[in-house]
Amino acid sequence: MLPEFVFDASEGAALSAYILKRLLTAIPVLFGLTIIVFLIMAMIPGDPATAILGSYATPENVAKLNQDLGLDKTLVEQYFIWVGNLLQGDLGRSYTLNRPVLDEVLERFSATLILAGTALLLCSVLGLIAGIISAVRQYGWADKMITLLVLVGISTPSFWLGLLMILFFAVKVRLFPASGMYAIYGGGDLPDLLHHLAMPAFTLSVVATGVIARLTRTAMLEVLRQDYIRTARAKGLSERKVIYKHAFKAALVSVVPVIGIQAGFVIGGAVYIETVFQWPGIGSMLVTAISTRDLLLVQGGVLIVAASYVLFNLMADVVQSLLDPRLR
Amino acid sequence: MSLVRSNETPVGSASSLLAMKQVERHFGGEPRLFGGRAPTVHAVQGVTLDVKRGETLGIVGESGCGKSTLARMIVGLDQPTDGAIYFDGQDLSALVRQDRRALARKVQYIFQDPVSSLNPRKTIGRILESPLKHLTDLDASGRQARLRELLEAVNLAPEFLERYPHEFSGGQAQRIGIARALAAGPELLVLDEPVSALDVSVQAQVLNLLDDLKQRYGLTYVFISHDLSVVEAVSDRIAVMYFGRTAELGPAEGVFSAPLHPYTALLMKSVPVPGRRDLTSEDAYAELPDPLNPPPGCAFAARCTYATAQCTSVKPELSQDIGVDRDHSAACFHPLSRTI
Amino acid sequence: MTAVADSTVKTKSRSKSSRPGTIALLLNNTLAATGLALLVLVCLIALAAPILPLPDPDVTAPAQRLLPPLSPDHLLGTDHLGRDLLSRLVWGTRVSLAVGLSATFIAAFFGSLIGLVAGYAGGRVDNVLMRGIDMVMAFPYILLALAIVAVLGPGLLNALYAIALVNIPFFARNIRGVALGLARREFVDAARLSGKTPIQILFTEILPNVMPVIVVTMSTTVGWMILETAGLSFLGLGAQPPQADLGSMLGEGRKILFTAPHVSIVPGLMIFVLVMSINLFGDGIRDVLDPRLRAGSLTRPVARTAVTRDPGKPVPAPGAEDRLLDIRGMKTEFQIGSSIYKAVGGVDLHLKEGECLGVVGESGSGKSVTAMSVMGMVPTPPGRIVEGAAYLDGEDLFAASDQRIRDLRGGSVAYVFQDPLSTLHPLFSIGHQLVEAIQAHQSLTKSQAQERAVELLSLVRIPNPKDRLSAYPHELSGGMRQRVCIAMALANQTKVIIADEPTTALDVTVQSQILSLLNRLRRERNAAILFITHDFGVVSALCDRVAVMYAGRIVETGTTEEVLNSPQHPYTAKLIECVPVLGEPDRRLDAIEGRPPLVNNLPDGCAFADRCPRVQAACRTADIDLVMSTPERGVRCLFPLKEDTKI
Ligand SMILES: Nc1ncnc2c1ncn2[C@@H]1O[C@H](COP(=O)(O)OP(=O)(O)OP(=O)(O)O)[C@@H](O)[C@H]1O
Ligand code: SF4
Ligand code: SF4
Ligand SMILES: [Mg+2]
Repeated sequence: MLPEFVFDASEGAALSAYILKRLLTAIPVLFGLTIIVFLIMAMIPGDPATAILGSYATPENVAKLNQDLGLDKTLVEQYFIWVGNLLQGDLGRSYTLNRPVLDEVLERFSATLILAGTALLLCSVLGLIAGIISAVRQYGWADKMITLLVLVGISTPSFWLGLLMILFFAVKVRLFPASGMYAIYGGGDLPDLLHHLAMPAFTLSVVATGVIARLTRTAMLEVLRQDYIRTARAKGLSERKVIYKHAFKAALVSVVPVIGIQAGFVIGGAVYIETVFQWPGIGSMLVTAISTRDLLLVQGGVLIVAASYVLFNLMADVVQSLLDPRLR
Repeated sequence: MSLVRSNETPVGSASSLLAMKQVERHFGGEPRLFGGRAPTVHAVQGVTLDVKRGETLGIVGESGCGKSTLARMIVGLDQPTDGAIYFDGQDLSALVRQDRRALARKVQYIFQDPVSSLNPRKTIGRILESPLKHLTDLDASGRQARLRELLEAVNLAPEFLERYPHEFSGGQAQRIGIARALAAGPELLVLDEPVSALDVSVQAQVLNLLDDLKQRYGLTYVFISHDLSVVEAVSDRIAVMYFGRTAELGPAEGVFSAPLHPYTALLMKSVPVPGRRDLTSEDAYAELPDPLNPPPGCAFAARCTYATAQCTSVKPELSQDIGVDRDHSAACFHPLSRTI
Repeated sequence: MTAVADSTVKTKSRSKSSRPGTIALLLNNTLAATGLALLVLVCLIALAAPILPLPDPDVTAPAQRLLPPLSPDHLLGTDHLGRDLLSRLVWGTRVSLAVGLSATFIAAFFGSLIGLVAGYAGGRVDNVLMRGIDMVMAFPYILLALAIVAVLGPGLLNALYAIALVNIPFFARNIRGVALGLARREFVDAARLSGKTPIQILFTEILPNVMPVIVVTMSTTVGWMILETAGLSFLGLGAQPPQADLGSMLGEGRKILFTAPHVSIVPGLMIFVLVMSINLFGDGIRDVLDPRLRAGSLTRPVARTAVTRDPGKPVPAPGAEDRLLDIRGMKTEFQIGSSIYKAVGGVDLHLKEGECLGVVGESGSGKSVTAMSVMGMVPTPPGRIVEGAAYLDGEDLFAASDQRIRDLRGGSVAYVFQDPLSTLHPLFSIGHQLVEAIQAHQSLTKSQAQERAVELLSLVRIPNPKDRLSAYPHELSGGMRQRVCIAMALANQTKVIIADEPTTALDVTVQSQILSLLNRLRRERNAAILFITHDFGVVSALCDRVAVMYAGRIVETGTTEEVLNSPQHPYTAKLIECVPVLGEPDRRLDAIEGRPPLVNNLPDGCAFADRCPRVQAACRTADIDLVMSTPERGVRCLFPLKEDTKI
């Protein structure tokens, strides 16, 4: 995806050292995540066993869970036992679904990854293109259109937009299915998936596209005023090279981390979109789990989404360091 | 004056207002998350200087040689990692800890960038009033009188008190900075590149003003600049700094007319002087040493034509025995003779 | 120093009253004003809800279920329980607004406090606070809110806390960044030396400067917060029945989307209108409070300076044949707001082959603009060349095609700029940048160009040129970087080098190396140099001739010896006098009182008249010509100094 000029292959060694270092720093962050999630769960008022199992739990279940959770131990001990289990892939059992949390979470997460990944790709590409056009044609017709669209985009509640899309494209025009990931009968292949994916992925990407477009525009305009752009022009380079090579690369350095942050918004926004389009992802699972107070499921879901977000940001960081030698 | 460190008793001769003893300042060096330590930069190393009451000590050196760090330590904005600074016989670090305001009454600072040293959201009146409020016991009307007096001293019109900093030019802003420094009636002014940000024609106005004020209020100056000609014009004594250390110290005429240290000589030769056409030879390798990895011997050795094996292995100490008089000292094993 | 107090303040302040204030600027922005009007309207209606003639929003009327919009008595229809939608909309808006605003204030208060403390304290405090913030930010935003609601239980107030909490890091980070920058500013040190305590400094020095950022951040987040609380309610985790905010109305409407779409469309539209108006207004606030946007300086400069010469006026013809570069009557202006800055007001300069001409003057005298105008490097907007011509070998550069100018830039005419760090692209290796410069003008293969780049680096005496090709600018010292810039300027068949203060940012010892390098190169290659500086010492070292600029015009020109030894213009004489000279410590500095005039407000007649000791009435009446006594020597003064007198 990255053009040839982005980095020199000869810098492999320094780069892999940097990536390794960056990976190492992700460890304490992941560690911190588990502490926060653990503490949030520990903060639940009332008897944890009842809270986790819900008010319908039988006394035997409560007693067993209390023992399982080691609630007679100190908080610190409890935490390490919990993390130990976590590392072995044991996230407990969901009482509503009566299946291991990990299985459910992984299955749901893959659906979310498809949705959010597509949306992220869409918003990065569209956002960058729109931002560049907007900057290059500053104050022109295209810039004004894009600026307005961006403003509308970031002001529209995505769940409402989803409903409108369903009303129009599924009910009125009947172009796309209103809900689900695959057709109930005879679906299951890639075209079917894409058919189902189109509306939710687009809806999910709208806000992030707007944010990225805006930022790209500002970054480009900022960069185009820098002294090194003047130098590029003084060398007699063509405007094409000045804008799409010198300015774009520099602008990308400040846009990439924002794409990383937008990944968080896209994954989070999936909660709404999955609910609206009944996409069988982790977001809709979380909403159901919260209203049924299936807290082990909530815990598992939150953990995996947060961990994936950390990895997204890590990737953004690595891409940024590919672009910018000063960061290595 | 002895080089022996003494932390208990006040030191410095009776006439010296400020005395620095083996002052060191390191940055970095914190332990790191994954073992090891962050690299350490030795910004100031073993500087021993003193400033006599009523004189102007000029400090010259190139960017990064530790001038500003030294200045900030003298006014108490920064503390030495090692060594000590005495003001009027009192240990300055202790003074800062006990009563920062007591020090601020005696020692004040003038900044390089005059505009950025004024809070953009305050009127000049409020900026100038603040030291009066915190450092003196003047009442409101006393402060107003003093404000007018200050403006008059730096040649600014009283109506400026209502204005905001962005309305002033660099030269005017610097005069406001000077007025602020003078507000509480200090004895010592540390001037860190006070005219570098100013245009040449304005530079002369400010230099003349500083000279007038010094006479008028009996001030002592530590004047820091990278510009040799400016320093020469204002100083009684001059310290040349190189790479965090004092390379040469002596009376202004002595240091510039008969430099002892090869670095001083190089500086002199490099300064473009109107009417002089000769250019120094271009030696591409003449660069400052890496501050993270300082050489073991004389820091100037890589650029020095007189360097010997001794120079690259042992650090030369500032010595008084190599000059013509004992006031003129240099840190060099092979000092230049008077005839150069 | 004269006894007269300096009472001139920039004309900027005089025109202060005519400069539009923040509010006026905001209202001038149509979009922002529209946003504000909409927002005020919505807020008024929401505030007035109790006194408006609306039915009770919570009274159900099963008989009147799902009435369509525009039904009698129910302007927007009714929902599945027969409740009046308009009334519910108004009350729901009230709730959404209240929740969004409170969440914003809570987040802004705590976030800004954390940010301020972290930024100002720095060091360990900063580290601890920011690691905590990072931890919270490691969660996707909405997810964290969900987790918090999961713990606290669904409910509007809990949703409010959750949304406020997850936004705290955002404020904290933004504010910390600004506070950190401010804490290092010199005025903070100055306040410390004025005897202020850290708490006083934090709240009286730093906070006022951070306030605009807090306001901007708030205005950009209010919209989100309303969206997010609506979202939580939409999911059934916020407002609980019968209480309704816009989100929960939408959530309820979703269940009957296909049968009665208006029940969900209407509240959604309201959210959209509300957030849109807030964002429009917020953008307006941002534009007004952000000084960079305010100055309009984010406007993209185009590749070449606009030339708007009056077609009625004849273009001045080139002078003598042997002039390689010949600038004739060049005028360059900047239009900023309604005032025109005549940065260059008719400049004549020329360069012969292999000659070095120094242009000296104080800051703002138009030296850089003169240099940039030659190859159309002045940013447009706001700059434009309005008169005159620049000839390169007889070719009018201002009339040349863009393609021709591109060929000449970096080819026959090369630039070297002041700050070598910011003029090299930080993300490309110097080898890459050199190769690019070579390939822009010569059709060489990459490896040939690379070889040539190595030659160039050794030409400017950079050790180990081959290895240095892969170095990035930040890995080189200032002097090395400037050598690279010079190498780049020499990459092709350079005839003229335009050097704009190439040594001002360097230390004296490095400066003298660069000067001798330039001197050797121009002799070896017979290139002409237009050398811009403010230092007469540098001029003496390098230049054959010198031109002194003042307020956008050349006031004196001649050979370096003539001008330095017997200046004829009072300004030149004073300028030489007021600079301390090494080796003459006892010379009295003769300051020039006052300051140069602003180029948007030039006086009639001589621009130096207000500061000139020899001024007479005649000086102020009409434009004064540059009178040339020989082709090389000229002065723009009615009463020039005699050859042998000094003032
Ligand atoms: N991009 C710009 N936009 C608006 N005004 C400008 C711009 N560039 C220069 N000017 C104005 O043009 C005038 C001349 O500026 P110029 O940069 O040529 O001065 P200079 O002699 O090079 O000064 P210095 O010594 O500070 O470099 C100044 O009044 C300046 O404000
Ligand atoms: S000590 Fe040696 S290397 Fe250092 S300046 Fe003196 S002669 Fe040169
Ligand atoms: S023209 Fe008059 S005012 Fe201008 S410099 Fe000459 S003597 Fe002075
Ligand atoms: Mg300039």
